[in-house]
Amino acid sequence: MAVIVFTESWDGKFKKSSFELVSYAKAMADSVGSKTIAISIASVDQDELKKLGLYGADKILTVSNEAFKTLDNQVYTKLIAEIAEKEDVRILVLPHNNTGKALAPRLSVRLKAGLVSAAVKLPSSYDPFKVYKKVFSGKGFAHQVVNTEKKILTLSNNSFELIESNTIPEIEEYSPEVSATEISTTVVDIQKQTGKLILTDAEIVVSGGRGMKSSDNWGPLEELAELLGAATACSRPVSDEGWRPHSEHTGQTGKIIAPNLYIAAGISGAIQHLAGVSSSKCIVAINTDKDAPIFEAADYGIVGDAAKVLPELIEAVKEMKA
Amino acid sequence: MKIFVCLANVPDTTTKIKFADQKFDETGVQWVINPWDELALTRAMELKEDAGTPVNEVTVVTIGTISSEPTIRKALAIGADNAVRIDAEPKDSYSVAWLLSEYLKNYEGDHLVLTGIESSDYNGFAVGGMLSEFLGVPSVSGVSALDIEGDHAKVSREIDGGLEQVAIKTPFVAIVQKGIAKEPRIPAMRGIMMARKKPLEVVSPLSFDNVTDMLDFELPKAKPQCKMINPENAKELIGLLQNEAKVL
Ligand SMILES: Cc1cc2nc3c(=O)[nH]c(=O)nc-3n(C[C@H](O)[C@H](O)[C@H](O)COP(=O)(O)OP(=O)(O)OC[C@H]3O[C@@H](n4cnc5c(N)ncnc54)[C@H](O)[C@@H]3O)c2cc1C
Repeated sequence: MAVIVFTESWDGKFKKSSFELVSYAKAMADSVGSKTIAISIASVDQDELKKLGLYGADKILTVSNEAFKTLDNQVYTKLIAEIAEKEDVRILVLPHNNTGKALAPRLSVRLKAGLVSAAVKLPSSYDPFKVYKKVFSGKGFAHQVVNTEKKILTLSNNSFELIESNTIPEIEEYSPEVSATEISTTVVDIQKQTGKLILTDAEIVVSGGRGMKSSDNWGPLEELAELLGAATACSRPVSDEGWRPHSEHTGQTGKIIAPNLYIAAGISGAIQHLAGVSSSKCIVAINTDKDAPIFEAADYGIVGDAAKVLPELIEAVKEMKA
Repeated sequence: MKIFVCLANVPDTTTKIKFADQKFDETGVQWVINPWDELALTRAMELKEDAGTPVNEVTVVTIGTISSEPTIRKALAIGADNAVRIDAEPKDSYSVAWLLSEYLKNYEGDHLVLTGIESSDYNGFAVGGMLSEFLGVPSVSGVSALDIEGDHAKVSREIDGGLEQVAIKTPFVAIVQKGIAKEPRIPAMRGIMMARKKPLEVVSPLSFDNVTDMLDFELPKAKPQCKMINPENAKELIGLLQNEAKVL
């Protein structure tokens, strides 16, 4: 019996979210009395692999086959399902990101395992298996009960603390058989944002709305983000106008994020915008309108012109760092 | 080629959410096409209108009771050629995907299936992927651009920290998100008139089981009051974030 966790690496290093996932899987494995098994695809060296043990992986299955270089949903589903069956999976955990969203539903059908998407906490009970989750894009919460014997969860980024448990993991290579005919998606081109923080991974996010007035005014916002090691984001009209790329659009129909700190400059706080950012641990609002709804969602607020306030904040951060 | 667009009927995104008797309270709620599905439908219409693609028919499919018909009529008014309603109350992503697959698996012609990446009610992020697995066809998720050339599609999908262009043969399920179409289409008067006469087939569902249930609904807890900082002393904020909120 096992709790199996799907991890991801980036240039040979695990993502922080993968350590969160392993910590989360380990906590569940302890509750149900099973082992924690991590799957690692792509080349990661032994020292890096051992880090998964630090967060509680008893066993790591490494897969290094060219067929998994790019994401083919069917080929990946087959691989994870094979491992799940071989290891007698009880709970399977994936990240709630592009990869997890693509694979978890397919695996749910393949393994006949009920799926809970975007979990932010450990199950509130294991029998019945109940998980607390957001509904109506954060305007409500509910418990989702999974009635099948096997369960699948996707875990939201930055929602579970890292817990060290210092396990020495057993590392085993897993070599699946994949024939070329099974691959149906061919990647013809990739545009990677280099050197930029990934918005959904960032712990601090600085975001601008229509109150920033024009794409020319993003300088101070970017400078503040740079100083704070933050990613930049925006409201929907800003990306619709083409002031910022679509990949920065946060909210109900854009990215859903949960950083430790979200700074909103010139954003009114429409319900659809808040749906994407309300899980942030701390929200700062900068807005000229004291009645803007963003102040109801914020922890700290400044009624003022973003063009004046942002440079002040930049100064203050520089002083803090000095 | 025919495009099937799977539609969910959801509360308008501005709805004030209330719960009663352990359920979502539907009184006074305005229903709309799930925002991502609306974008999918818009892109399907653009592809049909583009003479360079083989797309010649757009069909919308919904799992829903008769109360979902106004939303289906709206999709027909936007331009879909015909609609199918599988007459069942949606229970969970798994059963919805299964019911869709039971209907779609019978279609033998050249086709493509579009679904939205999530629905704005129960935020399951699951129907499209589950449907593709039930049908045993490929899927591409996080799709933000879609073009068709012959029996091939060119798709852009979001990956962490970038975009990938993927080539894939039809049939498959494209699970779409923002970017797939610029703005959702709004029905024009002529479309609304025509929609009344377009075919809406009602199919009785096979018996089905859900694998998950939702219960113990509650509203979010009220946030403590926002602490206001005088704009003259904006710099104070940084100290508070560092020492009080401890997020810097
Ligand atoms: C189906 C649907 C889905 C949607 N999904 C999303 C979504 O995912 N994300 C999203 O963001 N929106 C979404 N929207 C749009 C949403 O309803 C709002 O229109 C949008 O969030 C408003 O963006 P904004 O706050 O930048 O602009 P506005 O609402 O125009 O607000 C601008 C704010 O800037 C302030 N301001 C003006 N000048 C200054 C200044 N100099 N300094 C500081 N403040 C200033 C103003 O007081 C105002 O509060 C959706 C809408 C619909 C119908």
